[in-house]
Amino acid sequence: MKLEITVNGRAVSADVPPNTLLSAFIRDHLRLTGTHRGCDTSQCGACTVIANGRSMKSCSVVVGQMQGAAITTIEGLAGKDGELHPMQAAFKECHGLQCGFCTPGMIMSSVDLLTHHPHATKAEICELLEGNICRCTGYENIVKAVQTAQKKMSA
Amino acid sequence: MGANEFVNKPHIGESVRRVEDARFITGQGNYVDDIVEAGQKYAAFVRSTYPHARLTGVDTSAAEEMPGVIRIFTGKDIAGKCGGLPAGWMIVQVDGAPMKEPQRPFLAIDKVRYVGEPVAMVVADTKEQAQNAIESVMVDYDPLDPVIDVHKAANGPALHAEAPDNRCYKWGIGDKAGVDAAFTKAAHITKIDLINNRMIPNAMEPRAANATFSRATGESTLYTTSQNPHLVRLLMCANILQIPETKLRVVAPDVGGGFGSKINVYPEDVGVVWASRALNCPVKWTAERSESFLSDTHGRDHHTHAEMAMDKDGHFLALRVHSDVNLGAYLATFGPAVPTYMYATLLAGQYKTPQLYAEVDAWFTNTAPVDAYRGAGRPEASYVVERIVTRCGWELGLSQDEIRRRNFITEYPYQTPVAMQYDTGDWPKCLDEANKLAEVDSFDQRRKASEAKGLRRGIGYSSYVEACGMGPSRIVGQLGARAGLYESGEVRVNPTGSVTVFTGTHSHGQGHETAFAQLVAARLGVAIENVEVVHGDTNRIPFGMGTYGSRSLAVGGGAIMKALDKIEEKAKKIAAHLLEASDADIEFENGQLTVKGTDKKISFGEVALAAYVPHNYPLEKLEPGLDETAFFDPPNFTFPGGTYICEVEIDPATGVVTIDRFTCVDDFGVIVNPMLVDGQVHGGVMQGIGQALLEEGVYDQETGQLLTGSFMDYTMPRAINLPNFRIGTVCTPCTSNPIGSKGAGEAGAIGAPPAVINAVLDALKPLGVNDIDMPATPFHVWTAIHNAKA
Ligand code: FES
Ligand code: FES
Repeated sequence: MKLEITVNGRAVSADVPPNTLLSAFIRDHLRLTGTHRGCDTSQCGACTVIANGRSMKSCSVVVGQMQGAAITTIEGLAGKDGELHPMQAAFKECHGLQCGFCTPGMIMSSVDLLTHHPHATKAEICELLEGNICRCTGYENIVKAVQTAQKKMSA
Repeated sequence: MGANEFVNKPHIGESVRRVEDARFITGQGNYVDDIVEAGQKYAAFVRSTYPHARLTGVDTSAAEEMPGVIRIFTGKDIAGKCGGLPAGWMIVQVDGAPMKEPQRPFLAIDKVRYVGEPVAMVVADTKEQAQNAIESVMVDYDPLDPVIDVHKAANGPALHAEAPDNRCYKWGIGDKAGVDAAFTKAAHITKIDLINNRMIPNAMEPRAANATFSRATGESTLYTTSQNPHLVRLLMCANILQIPETKLRVVAPDVGGGFGSKINVYPEDVGVVWASRALNCPVKWTAERSESFLSDTHGRDHHTHAEMAMDKDGHFLALRVHSDVNLGAYLATFGPAVPTYMYATLLAGQYKTPQLYAEVDAWFTNTAPVDAYRGAGRPEASYVVERIVTRCGWELGLSQDEIRRRNFITEYPYQTPVAMQYDTGDWPKCLDEANKLAEVDSFDQRRKASEAKGLRRGIGYSSYVEACGMGPSRIVGQLGARAGLYESGEVRVNPTGSVTVFTGTHSHGQGHETAFAQLVAARLGVAIENVEVVHGDTNRIPFGMGTYGSRSLAVGGGAIMKALDKIEEKAKKIAAHLLEASDADIEFENGQLTVKGTDKKISFGEVALAAYVPHNYPLEKLEPGLDETAFFDPPNFTFPGGTYICEVEIDPATGVVTIDRFTCVDDFGVIVNPMLVDGQVHGGVMQGIGQALLEEGVYDQETGQLLTGSFMDYTMPRAINLPNFRIGTVCTPCTSNPIGSKGAGEAGAIGAPPAVINAVLDALKPLGVNDIDMPATPFHVWTAIHNAKA
C-alpha cells in the first residue's frame, strides 16, 4: 500500500505491505531504532509510541490501520532545539533508567499518562504503568520520575 | 592509593547523574538489533519441539525452495568441523572423579534434549523470509521419555551417554564427620525442606547477534548481547571455531540488561559467525521473546533438605545441607560453578556455625540449560540459611532478631568452615539499623490494626551475606575455574587533558560510564564530562573478564585505580622536571601538581600536554606519553552483607500478599555513587520479590513443554508490585581492593526472597501454616491456609 503518515512532525510516504507491524515500519523502514521490541505478545510496552494523541503499543497494530496517523516516537519528544521534554529530564534526574531498553516505551507511556491523568496519585501512576515492564529499576525511580515531571508540568 | 585516602576525594560518594542517560532517553542507544550492515542477511532457527528425541532426519529441501532462502545449516554441516560449547568450570566430585561433561554442538546432531534446542539455521534475505522458511524444514523426531523432575532423573532415560544416571556430579564441601559428631550433641535439631523455584531471567532486551566477515582479512566481527565480550571471543576462538583471537572481534554495544543470562556463549552467537564465514555476508539473528523464554539460560531450581543442630540456648553447632540441583540439558558456561562454589561456600551466612557440610547432586534434565541469574548460587544459599535460621528461632521460642544476634559473627577476619574468609563487616549494626528503619518497635500496633480489619500481618528477616568481586584467580583456579578472574583497565590521558578509560568490564545498565568517570575525576581532578569510558569491544579494550558477580567496581575499578596510580606517578615525575624539583616533593591534589611547601605548581593539563609535546621533558629517563594499563587480581572475594526486613499484610480470604514496607540495610563498603547503588538495590529487591511472590518457570512433567513461555504466563513484577522501600547503608570498607568497595549488583535478589517468605509465614503462623513454597501466589497462600484448617 501507499502509506501516508506523519512521524515526529514530518510527513512520510512509503510503499509497504499493509500488514507490516507499525513497530517494524518505525524501526526497519524509518530506522528510528529508539522504539524497541521486547516481546511478541504486546505485553512489555518497550515499543510504545504516541499515535493520534494516545499511547499505543506499536507492535500491536499494522500500518494498514494507520493511514494518515500522526505518530510521535522517542526521537521526536525533545524540542526542536534538542531541549529535553520534562519527562525525559525527570527520568535522568531521578535515575529512572538503567539499561535503557524499556526506557523509550516507559517515557512515552508516562507522557501519555500525565496528558490524560495530570493529577494521578502514586498508586494511580503504578496502575497506569501496568503495560510497561522494566527488569532493571524495580520501578521505584520510574514512579519518582513521573511524579517529578508531574510537578514540573503542572507548575 | 588505598580506600581510606580515596573516600575523601571529590566526587566520591556523590550521586552524579548518569552520563549514559543522554542517549537512552532520546532513543539514541545502540543495541545489537539496531545495527544493520550493508548486504545484511537474516538467520532464523528451527527449534526442537520435543524435550527428548532422537533426530532421525532433517529435510531442508522444501525450505530451500522458499523465496529469499540462501542456505540452511543442520547438525550434519557442522559435525566434526567445530568444537562444542564449553563449560567454564570443572567440578571434581566427592570421589575425586571429574564431572560428566557431554558435548554441546551449536546445532543438534543426533539428539535433541530440550524444547527450544536449535536443530537447523536458515539464512535468508529478510527476517520474514527466514522465519517463514523454518516452518518448512521437516524434522523427523523419534521421541524419548523426557526427564523433567530432578528426583526422577536417576531412574529416567539417559540424556547423555556420558552420564547414564543423568548425574553430572556429586560434590561436597565441609567436614562431614565433624558435622555428624556435632549432631549427636545437639539439644535441638531444626529441619527444613525447600524448593528454590526456577527463574527465567527475562532481560528486557531479547538476545541478538550480528556477524560480519571479511574474506580479505579472514576476520569476523560479532555484535552480540553479551556481558563479557572477551570471554565470548576466547571460548569461541579457542574451543569452538579454533581460529586465532586476531580473527574475531566481539562487540557488545549497548546491552539491555543481563542478570547473568548474557554471560554465556550461546549457540546462536556461534551460528551467525559460522554462517557469515560460510556465506561471506553479514548474518543477523534477534530472538523473539518466546525464543528467549525457551532458550536463554534459566536460573535457580534447587531442591534442598537442611538440618541445623543447636545447643539448648539456640547457638548453632552444625549445619547439614543436601541439594538436588537442576542443570538443564547441557552445561552452560558457568552452569557447574553456580550450584557448588557460588552456593555452598556461602552457607555459613553471617553466623558462627562451627561445623558445616553440604552435598550437591547435580542432574541433567530435559529443560533449558541453567546458569547464573542475579546472585547465582548465593540467593539459593541465603534462602536456605535465612529460612532455617528463622525456623530455628520459632521452634525455640526466640524472635527472628534474637536467634540471629545470638549467632552473629562479630570478629573479622573470620574463617568459615566452607572456604570463605570474611574480611570485614558489622552485622549487628546492620540489624540494628534495619530494626530502626523498619519501625519494628511499633510492629505490634500495626499487626493489631490489620487484625481488626480481618487481615494478617507478618514480619520477616533476612541477614544475608554474599561473595562478590570475583575473584582471586589463584583460588578460583584451585576450585576448577578454567579462566582467570582479574580485571583490566587502561587510562589514556589525551594531549589536551581529556581522559579515555578502557575497561574489561561491561555495562548493561549498571552505569559504569558514570561511576568510572567519577574515579578518574576524583584522582586526576579533570571534569567528569572530560572522561570517556570505553567498554564492550575486544578491539579497543584490554583483555578482561566482563561483568557478573557484582565485580565491576571492586575488580574493574581496582584495575583503573592501579592504572591511575601509574599515571599519577609519571605525572609527578614530569611535573618535577618542569618545576625543577625532586619527584618526592611533588604533591598531586585537585588536578594541581605542587612542590611541597611552596606555591610552585603546574596543572595536570599542562603535564599531559608536556607528555605528548615533549620539548621540555626528561626524555633520557622517561618515555613520552601518558597512557597506562593495569591488571588487578584481588587477593580475596568481597563480602557484602546486611539485613532486610519485609512486612506484609495478607488477606486470608483471597490469599493476596501485599508488601507494606521493605527495609534494606546493606554494607557495600565504600560507595562511589549512592544513586547508582540505590538503583541496584531497588532492582535486585524487586527481582527477589518477583521470585518470592510472582515468578516461576514451569515445565509440564509429562510433555516437557515450557508452560510459562510468555509474559502472559510468566508473571513479571510490574509497577503495582512496588514496595515501600526504606533503604540504609552501613560501611565497613573492604580490604581486598583499592576502592574499599564490596559490590552492590546482586544483594537485593539475594537478600529479599527469604525476608518475604519469612514475613508470609510469620503472618500465617497463627493460622497453623508452617511452610509455603515460592512463589507465594494468592493461590498458594489461600491453599496453604485452607489445608492448615483441614
Ligand atoms: S514489543 Fe510491543 S509490547 Fe512488547
Ligand atoms: S531500564 Fe532496563 S528494563 Fe528498564
